[in-house]
Amino acid sequence: MDFEDTPEEAAYRAQVRAWIEANKDALPEGDYGSRAESVAAAKKWQARKYEAGYVGITWPKAVGGQGGTAMQQIIFNQEEARYNAPTGLYAIGLGMCIPTVFTHGLSPDIAQRYVPVAMKGEEVWCQLFSEPAAGSDLAGIRTRAERDGDEWVINGQKVWTSGAHLSDFGIVVTRTDPNVPKHKGLTMFIVDMKAPGVEVRPIKQMSGGSEFNEVFFTDVRIKDTHRLGEVGEGWKVSLTTLMHERLAVGGKPASVPGVKEMIELAKAIDLAEGTALEQSHVRQRVADAYIADQGIALTRMRTISALSSGRTPGPESSISKVVVAKTMQDVGSFAADLCESAGLMMGEDAPSLPHLSRFQTSYIGAAGLRIAGGTDEILRNIIAERVLGLPGEIRPDKDIPFSEATKLGL
Amino acid sequence: MNFQFSEEAEALRDQARRFLEDRSPRDKARAVMTAESGIDKALWSEIVGLGWTALRIPEAHGGLGLSVLELCVLAEEIGRAVSPVPFTSSVLLATEALIAAGTEAQKAKWLPKLADGSAIGAVALSEGTAPPGSRSAIQIAGGKASGSKAPVQDGALADFIIFSGADGLYLVETKAAGVQIDPVETMDLVRRSARLTLTDAPVEPLDGGRAALEKFLQSSAVLLAFEGLGGADMAMEMALAYAKERVAFGRKIAGYQAVKHRLADMYIKNQLARSHAYYGAWALLTDASELVQAAAGARLAAMDAFQFAAEENVQLHGGIGFTWESDCQFFYRRARLLTLMLGAKAHWADVLVRSLEQRNTMMAA
Repeated sequence: MDFEDTPEEAAYRAQVRAWIEANKDALPEGDYGSRAESVAAAKKWQARKYEAGYVGITWPKAVGGQGGTAMQQIIFNQEEARYNAPTGLYAIGLGMCIPTVFTHGLSPDIAQRYVPVAMKGEEVWCQLFSEPAAGSDLAGIRTRAERDGDEWVINGQKVWTSGAHLSDFGIVVTRTDPNVPKHKGLTMFIVDMKAPGVEVRPIKQMSGGSEFNEVFFTDVRIKDTHRLGEVGEGWKVSLTTLMHERLAVGGKPASVPGVKEMIELAKAIDLAEGTALEQSHVRQRVADAYIADQGIALTRMRTISALSSGRTPGPESSISKVVVAKTMQDVGSFAADLCESAGLMMGEDAPSLPHLSRFQTSYIGAAGLRIAGGTDEILRNIIAERVLGLPGEIRPDKDIPFSEATKLGL
Repeated sequence: MNFQFSEEAEALRDQARRFLEDRSPRDKARAVMTAESGIDKALWSEIVGLGWTALRIPEAHGGLGLSVLELCVLAEEIGRAVSPVPFTSSVLLATEALIAAGTEAQKAKWLPKLADGSAIGAVALSEGTAPPGSRSAIQIAGGKASGSKAPVQDGALADFIIFSGADGLYLVETKAAGVQIDPVETMDLVRRSARLTLTDAPVEPLDGGRAALEKFLQSSAVLLAFEGLGGADMAMEMALAYAKERVAFGRKIAGYQAVKHRLADMYIKNQLARSHAYYGAWALLTDASELVQAAAGARLAAMDAFQFAAEENVQLHGGIGFTWESDCQFFYRRARLLTLMLGAKAHWADVLVRSLEQRNTMMAA
C-alpha cells in the first residue's frame, strides 16, 4: 500500500502543475468583489484551460475531448483545487449537460455548434430537471412539449435550477406524451435560455444567497433538431446525464470548516476547569467528525486506487454526500453549542472566536446540502436498492398512464 | 496510489473465507458457548495446519514471515466467522507483541511453538476501570510480580501471558509458581476470559518499556478494527438476508423504508470503518508517523460500525433475534468484547484528538 502516483500519473501531475504555475496570472487573488467579476474570472480561466487541452480530459477525441483517463481528470482536479480556481460556473454544463449533448445530440452539427464553445467557456449551461411537483420523483414532471411541425412548443415551470440566471443554454426534460406511464412519456431538449417565453426568477434561499432559480416556459419554441435522444426516451437520456455527473466530489468542500477548526475553536473557549477541548464529551464529538470527514476522504482513496490500477471501483463512493452533508450540520451546531448563547451572535456582533462565523454559515448551508442532488432519504434508498439489492418502493403510479395517475391524485 | 489489498492478500481472503464457511459454521461457536473449554480444538488444529498461526513469524523462528496486511485479512475473516479459537489472543495479540518487543530469548523460546501450534499465548491489559494499558497496580521487583489482571481473554488456554505493567510489557508463564488463573464470567460467552493472579510470580520484561506498550496498543487497535469490521459486515449480511425473506403486512420487510434505511446506515458505517481500517493497515505496514491517528480512527470507526450493526441485526430480526437459539447474540456480545477489551470510545477519542492537536501544532510551526 502507498499513496504515491504511478510513474505515468506522476508525469501527468508534473505537467499539470507546471502548466497551472505558468498560468496562475489568470487566477483571481482572494475573493471576488461582484458577481460580474467572478463570472469574468471564471471565463478567463476556462479559456486558458481549453487552449491547453485540460477541458474534457476523459471525453472522446471525436467530440474535442482528450481521450484521457479518469485518473488524469482526478489529478487535474486535485492540482487545480490547490489554487483559488473559479470552476463552479461550468460544473453542471461541462459535468452533465455537454456529455449528454454529445452522447444524444441528433447530428454532428449539433455537437459542433455547442460543444467547443461550451468547452472554451464562452457559453454557460444549466440543467432543467426539477419541478414544483417533481423533486425526488423526477419522472413526475409536468412541463409539456407539444409538437408543431418541425418544432416543439414548451409550457411549464422548472425550479431549483442552479445557475439559470447565468446560463445561455440548458437541457430540459419535458413530457411529450401524458397518455403513457410516467417514465415513458418524457423527451429531452436543448433550450436557448434567451429565447422568447423563457423567464428566469431567482429564488432567495434560507441562507440569503440566490444560487438557484425558478424558470418559466411560456410557448417557448424549440426546433426538433435540438431534441436529445428519441421522443419518449427522455428518462433514459436523463440517466446518462446523471451518470456523467462529475467524478464524485472529494469529500467535504475545502471552504467548510471541519475537525481542525473544531479543535481550534474548542481550545479557545475557557471554562472553569480548562478549555472546552479538554472535556471528554467534546473530544468524542471531534472524534465523530474525524471518523466522518477522514472516512470519506479515505473512501475516495479506495475509489481512486481502483481506477489507478484499472479495476472498476466498488459502490463505496455512494455514501459520500449523505455523510458529508449531515456531518457539516452536526459539526456546525456543535461548534455554536460550545459558545453557549454567544454562539447565536453573527456578523459584526459575533464574539471573536476562531471559525465561529464559518461554522454558523456552514450550519445554515448544510440544511440545503442535505436536500440538493438527492436527499438523504433518496440516497439511502439508492444504497439500499442498488448496492444492497433490496426491493424498490411500491409505486402505484408506475404502470398507469401519467394523465390517469394525476387524476387519481398520485 | 495503491490503497487496496494486493491480489495475493485477496487470494488469501478467498481461501480463508471458503475454509471458515466450510469448517467454522456458527454452530461450532454455539457448541463452545456451553462447553467446558473455550476452544474448538479440532478447528484450531486445522487453522494451525493452514499456517495462520505462523503467518507473521519470521522464517528464522519457523514462520512464514508474511506482512501485517495478510494478518489484517485473516483478522477480518475470523471476525466474520466468530470462530471459537484463540486466534485473536494468540496470533493477533500475543504473537504480535513478541515479534515487536520480545527479547531474543523470548522470541527463540516462544515463536517456534506459536508457529507450530504447540503453544498458545494471551494478553492481559485490563485492570479495574482504567482503560487497558493505561495504569497498573501490579507490583514488580526483582523479577517477581504480584497483583491481578482481569478480564484476560483466553487466559485459561494460554501457555504464557503478556501483561501490561506500569512501565511496559511483561511475560509470565502460566505454569510458573505463583500464577493462578480462574475463569471469570463476561458478556461474551464464546471467547472466555479469566482472572490472572500473580503472587511473587516470576516474570520477565519485554523490550522497549512504555513506548513498546503504547505501540502495541496501536497495532492491536488496527488488528481488532479488522476483526470488528468482519463482525460488522456479517451482522449486516445476516440482517439483509432475514429482511429479504421475512414477510409482514403482505410484503418482504426489506421493502419498507424504515428497514431499508437502517440497512443503508449499516452499509455507510461499515464502509467508513473499512476505509479507516485500510488506513490503519497502511500506517502499520509502513510504520508511518500517522500511526496513532490512523489506529485510533480505525478502532473508533470499526467499533461504532460493529456495535450499530450488531444491535440493529437483533432489532431487524424481531423477537426471534432475541432468542437463545438465534445467532444474533454472538455479534451483539462480541461487539461489547472487542470494544471494552482495548479501551472504549472516550479513551480512543482522547488518543485521537491528542494526535490531531500535535499535528495541528506541527503544521502551524
